This record gives sequence, C-alpha cells and structure tokens, in this order.
Amino acid sequence: MTVRPSSQDIVVRALCRPQELSSWSLSAWAELVRRARVAGLLGRIDGLNGAAPAQARKHFESAARLGLAQRAEVLRELAFIRRALDGLGHPVVVLKGAAYVLAGLPAAQGRVFSDIDILVPKSAIAEVESRLMLAGWAGTTTTAYDQRYYRQWMHELPPMQHMHRQTALDVHHTILPETARLKPPAALLFDNARSVAGDDFFLVLAAEDMLLHSMTHLFMNEDMHHGLRDLSDLDLLLRHFGADPGFWDRLLTRAQALDLVRPLFYGLHMTTALLGTPVPQPSLKAVAALGPAWPLRPLMTALWRRVLSSKQAPGAGWVASLAQFFIYVRGHWLRMPVPLLARHLGIKALGLHERGLGQAQVGKEG
Amino acid sequence: MTEFLSLGQVAAAMGGSSGLRVRTGPYSFVMRSRLPEVHRAVNHLYRAHLQLPSSDFVDFDVEVARPANWRRWWKPQVVFLLDGRDPFNPLPGDQGFPLLEWGMNWCIYSLCHQHLTLHAAVVERGGRALILPAPSGSGKSTLCAALLFSGWRLLSDELTLLCPQQRNVIPIPRPVSIKNQSIEVLQRFAPAIEFGSKVLETSKGVVAHFRPPAEAVAALDRRAEPGWVVLPKFVVGSPTRMRPLERARALMYLIENAFNHNMFGVEGFELLASVVDRSACFALEYSDLAEAVALFARLADEGTIDPRFIVQDGGS
Repeated sequence: MTVRPSSQDIVVRALCRPQELSSWSLSAWAELVRRARVAGLLGRIDGLNGAAPAQARKHFESAARLGLAQRAEVLRELAFIRRALDGLGHPVVVLKGAAYVLAGLPAAQGRVFSDIDILVPKSAIAEVESRLMLAGWAGTTTTAYDQRYYRQWMHELPPMQHMHRQTALDVHHTILPETARLKPPAALLFDNARSVAGDDFFLVLAAEDMLLHSMTHLFMNEDMHHGLRDLSDLDLLLRHFGADPGFWDRLLTRAQALDLVRPLFYGLHMTTALLGTPVPQPSLKAVAALGPAWPLRPLMTALWRRVLSSKQAPGAGWVASLAQFFIYVRGHWLRMPVPLLARHLGIKALGLHERGLGQAQVGKEG
Repeated sequence: MTEFLSLGQVAAAMGGSSGLRVRTGPYSFVMRSRLPEVHRAVNHLYRAHLQLPSSDFVDFDVEVARPANWRRWWKPQVVFLLDGRDPFNPLPGDQGFPLLEWGMNWCIYSLCHQHLTLHAAVVERGGRALILPAPSGSGKSTLCAALLFSGWRLLSDELTLLCPQQRNVIPIPRPVSIKNQSIEVLQRFAPAIEFGSKVLETSKGVVAHFRPPAEAVAALDRRAEPGWVVLPKFVVGSPTRMRPLERARALMYLIENAFNHNMFGVEGFELLASVVDRSACFALEYSDLAEAVALFARLADEGTIDPRFIVQDGGS
C-alpha cells in the first residue's frame, strides 16, 4: 500500500507538491524558508521557478549560490585528495554527498556539505592516513581515549581537517562501527564499486550499495538534525535508480548479502510514507515481511515520523524530545554492545577521556 | 507623532507567542525573550525600528533564553536560538542582549549569500559610502560612531552588504556596539549619545550599544555608491595620518575582511575590484577623533585632504 505524503509538514509539502507553491501565502513562504533552512533543504525546494515572492526568493538565491560554491569546493577538495593518494594501489571509494556530486546524481542538487567521506580497504588505512598527513590533513581528535574510540571500535579514522583549507575529511574502512550489531562485509562493497564517467581514480558504490549505505547511515544513526534532508536524498536516489526495472530485485538481494535488511525496510517504508516515493508493490511487500513485528513496527514508524519532520527542534514539546531521546539511545545501542556502551558513556560523562584514560591501551593495541 | 512602544508592551510582545517584529535593512526578525534585561535593551535601542510597520514576511525567528538545564539555577547562562536551533555555545547569564545582536549578525553573514558581506563599518554622506574594514579592536566602530554625530548616515557598524547586481552598499542600520574605553571617549565626543546599559566581561570586554539615529533607520532602502575605502587604526598619541593605499592592496584587505567571498568566485573578485576602482583608498592612523572627523568632512565635501595629514607610502 502507498501512504499519502504527509501534508502536516510544510517542507515536505513544498518538496512533494511544488506545483501548489504558486498559491501559497506570504506567511506560508516565510515559514517554509525558516523550516527548510533549519532542515538543510532550502537548496532542494523549487523556489526559483517564479512562484516565490521576492522576500522568499532572496533566500532561495542564497541557497543556490551556496550550492554552486559547495559543489565547486567538493570537486576541488577531491582533486587535492586524489593528488595525495595517487598511485596508492588500493581502491578509493567516495561516499555520500561527494559521491552524488562526482556521479552527477540528482541527490547532489541543493545539498549542503559539511565534510567529504571516503572508503578505503582496512589494509590500506595506515598508508592512507600517513599520505594525507603529508599532504596537510591532521587528525582533529586530541585525547588518547578518543583516539582509541575511533581506532579500535569505529569504522573510520578520527575525523581529519586540512591545516590550511580547514576542510573536513572522514576516512572509513567500512560503513558501520566494528562494534555494531549489523556487520556488512566491506569486501563486497569494494567488489561492486564502479568508476564514474570522466574520472579514472575515484570509485563510487554500486547503485544498490549506495542506497543501502545511505539508509544505514540514516536509520542506524542517533543524530537526526539532518534527518529529513537525508530522507530526501533517499527519495531522489530511489526515483533515479528505480527507473531501471532490475534495480528493485537487486536492492533486496544485496540487502540480504550485506546484512542490511532492517535499514532497507525503514528506508523504503519511510520514504513512501513521508515523501510518496514510488516503490513497486512487490518490493514493498517483500521488504515488509523483513521489518519488525507488532508492536515494534507501529512504534518505530511513529517515532521516525516524528524525528524525520522539519518541525523537530528543541522546545518542540516533550513528545518530540522523548522521540529524539529514544532515537539517540537506539543509535548508540545499535552501535555498541551494552557493557562497552555503558563504559563509553560513563567515561564521556565523567570527562575521564580528557584525563588520559585509555592511553595505555592505545599503546598496547596500536 | 508615532507612539513608541512602552517597556511593558515590548516585554509582552517578546515574551508572547507572536514575538516582536523588527525590520532592519533588507531583513525582518522576530525577536523573542523572557529576560527583562533584554526587554529593556530592545526597548531602548530599537526604539526607532519599532515605529516601522511590520512586514508580513519574517526572515529569521530569533530568541535568547535560559538553556533548559540545571544551570538555570546555578550560574545561569543564555543561549541564542535561530528557528529553535542553537548554533553557538551558551554565554554567561547577563549577556543576553549582546548575544542577540551577535546572533543576528551571524544570521546575516553566515546564511545570506545573495550579497557579499564584509566585516566593515560603513557610513554615507552625499550618496557615497565610506567603508571602514578592520579587525575588532582597531577603532573602526569608534570612528564610525563619531562620524554619525558629524553629518554621516549609518549603514552598518559591522556588516557591509554589497549588492552583486547593482554593485552598491545595502544599508542595515542597527544598534551600534562600542567596547571598553571607547564608551567614555564617545560620551565626551557626543554627549547626546544614547547608550544602553553596559555588559561586563564578555569575550570582548565591556560592551555597550547605542541607539542608531532615527533618520538612518528610516532610510533603510536608500543605498550608497562606494566612495572611500579607509583602514582605520587607533594608535594612542598618534598624529592624524592618512596614507594613500594602492588599489590592489585595498582589494586584498577587502577580500581578507569578506565573510563569504568564497561563495562568489570570479564574480566576487570583480565586485570587490569595482568597489576599490570607484573609491579613494587610504590607511588612517589617528588618536584625535575630532581631527579625524573634520578630515572626513572635508574629504567628502571638497574632495581634498589637509596636506599636513598626508603621509606617502614608505612605512608599512
């Protein structure tokens, strides 16, 4: 069954039914601009087609300019990364937003970036890190405990930043923490990664893997600040790749191979429910059988509806706060086994990570 | 005669569900707060703005509030919220109004890229803009303030908005922020100046704002063409010295003081080049405000500078 797009959320309405924008009142446009800006979706709304009043139009012009500038910056930054890693002898896969830009996908449209993410084989991670450091990137994490947190338990190096350009770079070796419950084998991702027209160095994930990664990122995460933006990415990717009839079967098969069935369920369920994404009935049915059972299913659906709204914000009421808190706890719970998580949160809460705890272990295990 | 809003009306509006609507230059803000010191400051400093008709379109919904945590009772803090989100860390409790002003500046320089924004004070005389780009602590706000009491119109004391299409300066008149010793210097220079209450121990020292002149606030749609680019530097005991600046160097200063130059690429370079091409460019060292103000009056009205103030290049 297809659920009608939610009409409560003004940003969702503008995304799903742009043809109605011309009848909107000035105050509705003002609310749209403010909510879409917070949600990081200003650049994705068709605000420059002539329907917008001048007062709103200036904000869409601003977003369009930001989009062009960020796109140029991503391509420039990728060129620098390439120069640092040229001749590495291992595949370098670009992930998420930068991959959408590189592959010329519609999800690149109007997207705001905060960093670039790349994926390299775990065996190459030490060499990648030292090459990047020689080219001016440095780790931003200073405490020994945080170093250990990333290097031992996470799926990425501590976030890096370029010393002169201040640009952020995340280097991953897989797509979920090593301690997470789901364990997608990274080797499969490299097997199917594909090259992009006009680029003989960087790879991007295969269409299905790209979607599964985005779904995993959104539905295993604990921070929903850009939840609706990420859901809109999924919507655009599904509409784009879904035009190929073989895509939907490959997506399901691949989710099983990568151990990412649950994120796929939430991804298809919530994009159709909130953004009216056209997913073929047989695929929806097949994936529905893989989702959680009652009462978890309606509970999770209600939670996602609430946190994937442009309305969620501090002060949005106790129900929204509770939903956010639940998603936050769930994100951590999925990320680490409970004893490890309890220890990690305890150390963070008491500030012990700033007093050198964990130093000895790093020496031992590094 | 337009009625001013009373303190009670400001407090009721800012604390109520509709908030207080203020239009400043090209942007409208809804300002919210339940903090009495913020109500007092807004009532005093936005008096000229509050007479303007409210527009239907609000660009930013901003609030300063106590964060909802245990610190409400112990060493209270204030937090700035834009549309319900908090972009920066909280500040100590009495800094509500400065935080509101910094937050509103942030909305413009970090979120509005339809114009190129310089970190510079800018005033107008005879339709031409005097742009004063300089880092904090250089005395640009002090000089800007003194000029406002000497026949110049305030466009902004912090943000010079350059329109990329018309290549002119868009006014955004708001309360002017003055720091530390400059507060007393200005009170002596212009006894009519109407400061709000001082806030101690912000990261910038003591901060006080004064109310922008009503004529400047009312002229929020009257743009100005670039006329002068002057880098001011207050140096204790220094004679007034105007050193002509090469245009290329002035251009580099503008680029260094631009918030969003990277959004504009070649267009931004050409826009700033056109600003310095149409401007007389100088570096100014001064300690005597009255002498500096007289220098600018003559420069604007007669196009000349008293030769005793001119220093040719040689030093840096």
